[in-house]
Amino acid sequence: MNRWIENIAMMIGRRPTRPKPEEQTPAMRELMVFERQPEQVQRRKAFIKEEAAHPKLSHKWRNRRWISIIVINLVFLLSYKLDIQVVEGALTASRVFGFHFADLNSSLQVMLAYKEVLINLLIGTGTVFTVYLLFGGRSFCSWACPYHLVSELAEKLHLRLARARLVKDHPLHRGTRTVLYGVFALLAFVTGYTVFEVINPVGILSRALIYGTASGLLWVAGLLLVEIFWSRRFWCRYVCPIGLTYGMAGTIAPVRIRYNSSRCLHEGKCRTVCLVPHVLDMTKMGYSKDVVNMVGPDCTRCAMCLDACPTGALTFDIIGVSDPVQPQRKRSRAP
Amino acid sequence: MSKPFVSPQAVANRREVLRGLAVGCGVTGVSLLGFLGVSARAGKPHLRPPGAIDEHAFLAACIKCGQCVQVCPVTAITLADISDGFGSGVPYIDARAQACDFSCDATQCVLACPTGALTHNIDRKEQVRMGLAELAHPDTCLARQGRGWKGPAREASFTGRHRWTDIDRWKPVRVTQYSYELPLCDLCVRECPIEGAIRLAPMSDDPSDARRTPQVAQACVGCGLCEMICPTEEASIVVRPRIEDRHRAHSTHI
Repeated sequence: MNRWIENIAMMIGRRPTRPKPEEQTPAMRELMVFERQPEQVQRRKAFIKEEAAHPKLSHKWRNRRWISIIVINLVFLLSYKLDIQVVEGALTASRVFGFHFADLNSSLQVMLAYKEVLINLLIGTGTVFTVYLLFGGRSFCSWACPYHLVSELAEKLHLRLARARLVKDHPLHRGTRTVLYGVFALLAFVTGYTVFEVINPVGILSRALIYGTASGLLWVAGLLLVEIFWSRRFWCRYVCPIGLTYGMAGTIAPVRIRYNSSRCLHEGKCRTVCLVPHVLDMTKMGYSKDVVNMVGPDCTRCAMCLDACPTGALTFDIIGVSDPVQPQRKRSRAP
Repeated sequence: MSKPFVSPQAVANRREVLRGLAVGCGVTGVSLLGFLGVSARAGKPHLRPPGAIDEHAFLAACIKCGQCVQVCPVTAITLADISDGFGSGVPYIDARAQACDFSCDATQCVLACPTGALTHNIDRKEQVRMGLAELAHPDTCLARQGRGWKGPAREASFTGRHRWTDIDRWKPVRVTQYSYELPLCDLCVRECPIEGAIRLAPMSDDPSDARRTPQVAQACVGCGLCEMICPTEEASIVVRPRIEDRHRAHSTHI
């Protein structure tokens, strides 16, 4: 299957599958043979043992991201409170130095409900679409969305409780989000109301911060409680149509995460921190098609996996900026 | 007889689908509660900012960003909270607390609106049709009793602002900072920003009768300034949203 179609299929709910040997490149098959040699297995085991003894904890990308989310949302607030007119509006729509910006999903809801499109909205939507077409759609989620930040904190609590065996994660089928996407699009069109906006935690949080409309925060608190006690990151993983809208927008984005199988020890640390672990299914031993692979569009570019990976198998990749991907015949640097 | 074998994976899958169904129904159900907020509002509609299109279309077209809130020089506009259902995040004006006094000299909120929920078809304050003033409590109106007014129009705790030409044409000041001394209260007429919207009419043919009654004409745009400035404890004159007019204007516009 075509790589793009396969990525989109995975984003809308298809389970990742192990590629058949004939789907893998000769270089990858060669690498797999190499990795299975007894001395290589020993080497990996020794490295993992060594690593467990001296765990390396990095929060580089997480810190950058948190700063980004806080700065973006503070700029909205301060620009209004100090009346400096840098960014006017909220995350649903704004003017940045006078230029229109509109959230793709909110804009879609308005277009479907109102059935008329003003040129300003089209410009705003187009601008935001272009930004995320370049930076990778779901980077909105992890670099700008205020709900993502509070949800990450809730996730920490959830994981702590889960380690103490007080709570258990209940995964949902990922197709839920796709179905809900259709449901909310249909509801907007049929009722003529922007139905999703009532429960949209991004809009609620953004407006609560900027304008002090606080009672919607009760709903957000409820969502966080569900995430803490029942299902890890359930809103972002299985429900939020905004994530799917941005995911679609960033399908061909030049900014993505690159996975180099030849540097990987297949420990799976990246998958345990990932919001959308299905995109990292290729990091399981023998699951990637090529030696160097690009992570699919459901990835939020949060780079938690970069922080977690002890060998540097995962890196940012920007088409035209990063070094071109060279097919490697042998592992370039054995760990 | 042995049970047919079901793999643990299949069981897990089925549970994931069931949870997805449950959560999907739950989330959709909660979002549809928005209808309750809308129907609760139906009897007492909000006064919407200048240029607001037909109420149902207004809720659809508004992207809930609050740019209109930010440009208003007197912060007359507020965003509704979640109790308004589908109207949450949508702007309204509480005229008694802070009326739109057209301090911006045009319709800045209209220009700020990115979606056309505040229609760009208007560019002068006289074209606005947000509401219509109505003498709701004739018995408390001071002019109808022939009484005057001394001091600021509103109580000391009032925070609303208004722009007076004799203080600063451009800078709105606190209503409580401006004192009047009027032999006959005519605040609603005196401060009305629209020409020919309201006048005081004699109540009898007797020339010595000082009593006057406010008369609202169709030129009234419904900015609510009279409601804000009315000095009686409960405003004697209030603005009713022009729901029908907005509906008509919107349908003819299309």
